[in-house]
Amino acid sequence: MSNIIEVDHLSFSFGSGALTQPVLKDVTISLEQGEIVLITGPSGSGKTTFLTIIGGLRQALHGSVKVLGHQFINSNEQIKVKTRQQIGYIFQQHNLLKSLTALQNVCMTLEINTTMTEQQRCDRAAEMLIAVGLGDRLDYKPDQLSGGQRQRVSIARALVGQPKIILADEPTASLDKQSGYEAVNLLKRLAKESQTTILLVTHDYRILDIADRVVELEDGMIK
Amino acid sequence: MNWAGWLYFPARLAWRQLVFDRTKLVAAICGVLFACVLVFMQLGFKDTLYASAASAPLKLDGDLFLMHKQSEAMWRPIQFKRSELMRALGNPAIAEAYPLYLGLAPLKNIQTQTKRTLMVYGFDPDSLLFNVPAIRNKYTELRLKDTILFDEYSRPEFGPVRQLLEMGQNVTEINDYKVTIIGLFQLGVSFAADGNVITSDLNFMRIFPRRNLENIDMGVIRLNPETSVESVQAELKSHLNAFVNVFTYEELLRHEKDYWANTAPIGFIFGFGTVMGWVVGLVIVYQILFTDITNHRNEFATLKAMGYEQGYFIRVVFASASFLAVLGFIPGYLLSLGLYNLAESQMYMPMPMLISKIITVFMFILSMCFMAGLLAIRKLKDANPADMF
Ligand SMILES: Nc1ncnc2c1ncn2[C@@H]1O[C@H](COP(=O)(O)OP(=O)(O)O)[C@@H](O)[C@H]1O
Ligand SMILES: [Mg+2]
Repeated sequence: MSNIIEVDHLSFSFGSGALTQPVLKDVTISLEQGEIVLITGPSGSGKTTFLTIIGGLRQALHGSVKVLGHQFINSNEQIKVKTRQQIGYIFQQHNLLKSLTALQNVCMTLEINTTMTEQQRCDRAAEMLIAVGLGDRLDYKPDQLSGGQRQRVSIARALVGQPKIILADEPTASLDKQSGYEAVNLLKRLAKESQTTILLVTHDYRILDIADRVVELEDGMIK
Repeated sequence: MNWAGWLYFPARLAWRQLVFDRTKLVAAICGVLFACVLVFMQLGFKDTLYASAASAPLKLDGDLFLMHKQSEAMWRPIQFKRSELMRALGNPAIAEAYPLYLGLAPLKNIQTQTKRTLMVYGFDPDSLLFNVPAIRNKYTELRLKDTILFDEYSRPEFGPVRQLLEMGQNVTEINDYKVTIIGLFQLGVSFAADGNVITSDLNFMRIFPRRNLENIDMGVIRLNPETSVESVQAELKSHLNAFVNVFTYEELLRHEKDYWANTAPIGFIFGFGTVMGWVVGLVIVYQILFTDITNHRNEFATLKAMGYEQGYFIRVVFASASFLAVLGFIPGYLLSLGLYNLAESQMYMPMPMLISKIITVFMFILSMCFMAGLLAIRKLKDANPADMF
């Protein structure tokens, strides 16, 4: 199977009964390894919902969602937890742990599976932070970093586990133009080196040029 | 994942989150410390109460003890006929039987002339009823008219009796009756009496003019060697009148203790205080853990999205609870140690900080923190990563 993500006729709605609100309607899309795909679309079109389903964070019931070969529709939590560990997340808010330093935050990704020694984990995390240009900020807490620096820490945190997939939801929304563009370019460069697939949601039209493919979502349907 | 990592990583995260917010950490530690001190003091008072209640009977030298069924405790006895005790002597296993007379009476402070009530024990000096050397050595002097022995461990309100005796001032009054203090012994105060005095049975009747030798408060029985205490007890129970209790030594101690535990609900009050300490501490720790989870909800949800399992967060919460228990217990223990000394100096009762009590209180605090953790982890469900994007 060459497709990392395979979505077939996925439908999803919030609520039940008379209050049912369909959000995704018959979505079909697939991503190959190493591909960078951007999803754009107006606010409320269902982009975030789509991303949480791909990430195994939300249970969908209709259609088919295969991520790294695992069917997510009607699957159990265990499979999703295992798959999540091979996915890197970048959130709109940096969502770093306030009480941990940049280095410790990045290490959190590596502590899920403890085959490495503490030293190896620290070295890997430090390497990753150097790669995103924060080699001199290893021991800073999130409060002591700028918005762009925080987002770069979360990029490092997403990439350090060498995930097969990166899911990013409006990673530039809380950044100014310059640092947003730099962050996304950095993400692209590092991902291409390691053949990581990226699914990135944005309505920031300034960053469309990093994508291999741009998909537009409107009212829960792919245009 | 290996075992060390299973516990070590969540514990380390819990620790880092705890020390990150110093103000909250201090507040939490104070909460645990408070509960700790409360529980230490309540248990300490309770143990002291029970120990002091049994301090007099503990020193009685006998195998079986007769008491009126309505005697709730030695300090408030109901009298019964001496003949009842003498009937017991008919049993061939019984070697000796002696009456013990008990009464509360005011003793005048030789210096200040103020009066304060204490416990008076009266018995035949030759019977050597008290297993206290200082009392036994004085048995001949006790036979003299109007002589008493004074408990050195009585409250200081009775005056510096030791110094007064050394200066030759040994005459005072009990129940407005003039007596001479001929020596000191060491027994200890209880919740019922601020001090103790020992005198002969004959002097006892002089101090308490309305009492007579025929109405006794307790009977102390000594058995011939190598007879079974239980079988003699059973025989006495069936032969003697139904209104007397026949206690073994242990049963007498328990009877005195149970009075404070059950009849006078002081034991209940201390037990209640202990539970209140537990509950107050529980609420405080629960509040701290609860707001901690609420504040870290986003962080936990992020970790969940990264592939951390629910069990990891439960371990984080319990690790926090354990850290709080230990961090609160250590200063709580030290503070309690100081308060025990203070209480001893105020109550004139021993209040020892025993290893068993330290362990008990720590287990108490640990269980409190775990309970708080158990209540708080329900809040973890709110950390839903689907709401994070
Ligand atoms: N947890 C939820 N419960 C109910 N409705 C929701 C929930 N999350 C999102 N929605 C609704 O689903 C639709 C799509 O939302 P979302 O996927 O967040 O869109 P986008 O990310 O493209 O702005 C919106 O109309 C929104 O109101
Ligand atoms: Mg969105």
